[in-house]
Amino acid sequence: MTQSDLITILPLLALVVWACALLLVDLFIPKGRKGWTALLAAAGLALTMGLTLAQAGREASGFGGMLRLDGFSTFLNVLFLGSGLLGVAVAYGYLKRMDLERGEFYSLLLFSITGMMLMAQAADLIVIFLALELLSIPLYVLAAFARPRADSEEAGLKYFLLGAFSTGFVVYGITLVFGATGTTSLAKIVEVLAAGSLGTGSLLLTIGAALILVGFSFKVAAVPFHMWTPDVYQGAPTPVTAFMSVGAKAAGFAALMRIFVMAFPSLSADLTPVLWALAALTMFIGNIIAISQTNIKRMLAYSSIAHAGYILMALVAYGNPAVAADSVASALFYLVAYAVTSFGAWSVVMSLEKPDAKGLEINDFAGLGRRNPLLAAAMTIFMLSFTGMPPTLGLVGKFFLFRTAIEGGFIGLAIIGVLTSLISAYYYLRVVVTMYMREGEPQAEGEYWLTFTTVVTALATVVLQFLPAALFALAAGAVLK
Amino acid sequence: MDLTLILFIILAVTAIATALGLLISRNAVYAALFLVMNFACVAIFYLLLGAPFIAMAQVTVYAGAIMVLFLFVIMLLGAEKLPKGDVLPVQRPLAIGAAVILLAEAVILLVQRFQSTAMLQAPGTVENSMDSLREMSGLLFTEYLLPFEVTSILLLVAMVGAIVLTKQEKGTRG
Amino acid sequence: MLLEYAAIAAFIFVTILVGFIAIILGMLFGPKKSTDVKAMPYESGMNPIGPGTRRMPVRFYLIAVLFILFDIETVFLLPWAIVFRKLGVFGLVEMAVFIAILLVGYIYAWKKGALEWD
Repeated sequence: MTQSDLITILPLLALVVWACALLLVDLFIPKGRKGWTALLAAAGLALTMGLTLAQAGREASGFGGMLRLDGFSTFLNVLFLGSGLLGVAVAYGYLKRMDLERGEFYSLLLFSITGMMLMAQAADLIVIFLALELLSIPLYVLAAFARPRADSEEAGLKYFLLGAFSTGFVVYGITLVFGATGTTSLAKIVEVLAAGSLGTGSLLLTIGAALILVGFSFKVAAVPFHMWTPDVYQGAPTPVTAFMSVGAKAAGFAALMRIFVMAFPSLSADLTPVLWALAALTMFIGNIIAISQTNIKRMLAYSSIAHAGYILMALVAYGNPAVAADSVASALFYLVAYAVTSFGAWSVVMSLEKPDAKGLEINDFAGLGRRNPLLAAAMTIFMLSFTGMPPTLGLVGKFFLFRTAIEGGFIGLAIIGVLTSLISAYYYLRVVVTMYMREGEPQAEGEYWLTFTTVVTALATVVLQFLPAALFALAAGAVLK
Repeated sequence: MDLTLILFIILAVTAIATALGLLISRNAVYAALFLVMNFACVAIFYLLLGAPFIAMAQVTVYAGAIMVLFLFVIMLLGAEKLPKGDVLPVQRPLAIGAAVILLAEAVILLVQRFQSTAMLQAPGTVENSMDSLREMSGLLFTEYLLPFEVTSILLLVAMVGAIVLTKQEKGTRG
Repeated sequence: MLLEYAAIAAFIFVTILVGFIAIILGMLFGPKKSTDVKAMPYESGMNPIGPGTRRMPVRFYLIAVLFILFDIETVFLLPWAIVFRKLGVFGLVEMAVFIAILLVGYIYAWKKGALEWD
C-alpha cells in the first residue's frame, strides 16, 4: 500500500468500515429504536461525503491503476452519497409506518453505495465486475425487503434473476475483451488499441464491447432490456425504488462512460448505430407505454426507462471527438437533474402511500391540490422537470443533451428526443390535472424527514436551474481525460 | 495422436453429453447430478489448461457446495418432477434460434482463427503446475489485492442478504 | 505436465472400480428374493410415514448458503498458504483484513440466531 493507494481508496474504506460497524452496532439497538441506526447511517454517509469533497480536484491512481480518483469519480460519488442520504431520510419514517423497521436496511444501503462508488472509481474490468455485484446484491435483497408481501418477493426474485443474467453478459464481454487485448486494465486496453496490432482480434473486441453494453443496458433499464423495471419498481418498497432508480442507473451509466469513453472510443464506428437505435427505442417505448399506466409507481418506472434513453442519447455522440467532452458533461448534468427530480417525485408518492400498496393509483392524487397545496405544488414542479418544461432543472438538462446530439451531427436523434418529450407531457401533466381539477380526499403523511426531502428536492429543481453554467462547469470539470 | 488430445476429446464428449442430459432430464434431481458430472469435466479442462487452482475451486465450491445448495433448493420447492409439456411454448424455438446464432459465431471465429495466427495465442505452457499455482497466488495477493478484499465484502453482503431473506424476526410469523 | 495428476486419476479410477466390483459381485452371487418389506426405504428401523419427497424447511437453505460462503473463504486460504513466506507481514495483514470482514458476518449470523435450529 502506497500513499496514493490510500488516497484513492480513503472514502471507500471509510464507508465500508462504517457499514460493517453499523451492521454490528445495530444488533444491540432494540427494535423500535432503529432511528439510531438511520442516524448513524446518515452520519457515515455525511462523513464519506466530507472526505470525498475534501479530495475534490485531486487526481490519483492506486492499486496498479485499478482504482482512480478524478473529477469524474468525485462528481459521481457525491451524487451517490447524496442519493444515499436522501434514501435514508425517506426510508426512516416509511419503514416505521409499513412495519418493516429492521436495521439491516441501512447497512445494505451503505454497502450498495460502496459498490456504486467503486464503480465510479474503477479503471479495471475486474473491479468493474466486482463493483457491479457489490452494488446489485444489496439491491436484490432490499427489493424483497417487505417479505412476506408477495409483490415485494416477486420484485426481489425478478430483479435477482435478470440482474444475474445481465451480469453474465458483462462477464462474458469482459472475457472476450481480455482475450482480444490480453489485459483487463482500461488504460492498457487503450495502449493496445493505439498500437493497432489486434488483427482479427478486433472482431472479438467488438463482440466483447457489445456484450458489456447489453449487460449494462439491463442495469440502466434501456429498451429492449427493460422488462424487469416496472414489476421491480412497483413491488419493491418505495424508498428502495427511489434509491434504485437514481443510484443503480447512475452507476450503470458511470461504468458505460468509463468503459466506452475511456477505453473504446475507437469502436464508435461499430457501436454508434447500435447506441443510436438503443437510445431511440428507449425514448419511444418508455414514453409510449407510460401513457397507459394507471399506477403511479409503474408510470414512474416507465418514465425512468425513458430517461435512460435521453442519457444514452448523450453517449451516442461520444465517438465524435468534437463533442466527446460535452457528451459526458451533459450526461452527468442530466443524471443530476434526473436524480433530484426523481427523488422528489418518489417522496411525494411515499407521502400518499398506504400499507398493502394502497394509495398508489394516479386517481388517488385527486384533490391533492386543495388538501395539501405544498405537496401538490412540489409534485407539479417534479412533473414539469421530468417533461423538460420551465422553470425547472429538467429543461436545462434536456437542452444540454439535445445540443450535444445536434452538434455531434445526430439531428434525427435530437428530433426523436423532442418528439418523445412532447408525448411524455401528456402523462406527466395528467398527474397535475388530476391533483388540481378532480375531487378527492387524499390523506398525506406529514413525516418530518419525508416532507424535508420533498421540499429540498423541489427547491433544488427550481433554484439550480438559475445557475446552469456553474453546474455545467462542474460537470465539464468531471469529464474523463 | 498425443495423450492430451485424446483426453480432451473424451472429456468434451462427456461434457456435451452431460449438458444435454441436464437440459433434457425431466427430473430435477437427475438434472442436478448431470450438472455435477459436467462440473467435473470442466474441472479437468482447467487442469489441461494449466490452472490447478481453478480446477480445485471448481470441484470444492461448484461440484461440492453449490450443487448441495441446488439439491436443497430443489427439495425445498418440492420440484423434483417437472411438469410434462412446455410451460413457455415460445421458449424452445427461440432457444434453438439463439443456439444456432451462437454456433455460427463460433464457426466464424474458428475459421478466422485458422486463417490468421495473430489472434488468441495460446498462453505460455507451464511445465510444473505447482509453479503456475505459485505464480497465480503471488499475483492474487499483490497485484489483485483490491479485488481480493472486495470479494470478502461481497461474501459478507451475501451472508447478510441470505439471513435477512430467510430468518424470521422473533415474534413474527411470516 | 498432466502426468503429475496420474496418481489422482488412478486413485479416482480405482475408487470407482471398487464400487462397481462390489455391486457386480453382489449381483452375480447374491440370492435374488425381492419382498415388499425389502423394497421399502430404510428409516432407522421404523416404518416410513408418508411420501419420501417432502418439502424441506428453508433453514437447510440458509445453512447451505452460510456453508458455501465460508467454503469460498477457505478456498482463498490455499493460495495464500503457498505464497505466505514470500509475502511476509503484508500477506498476514491482507488475510487478516479478509477474515475480519467475514468475521463481521459471522458475528452477525451468530447474534441473529442464524446458526441455531430453534
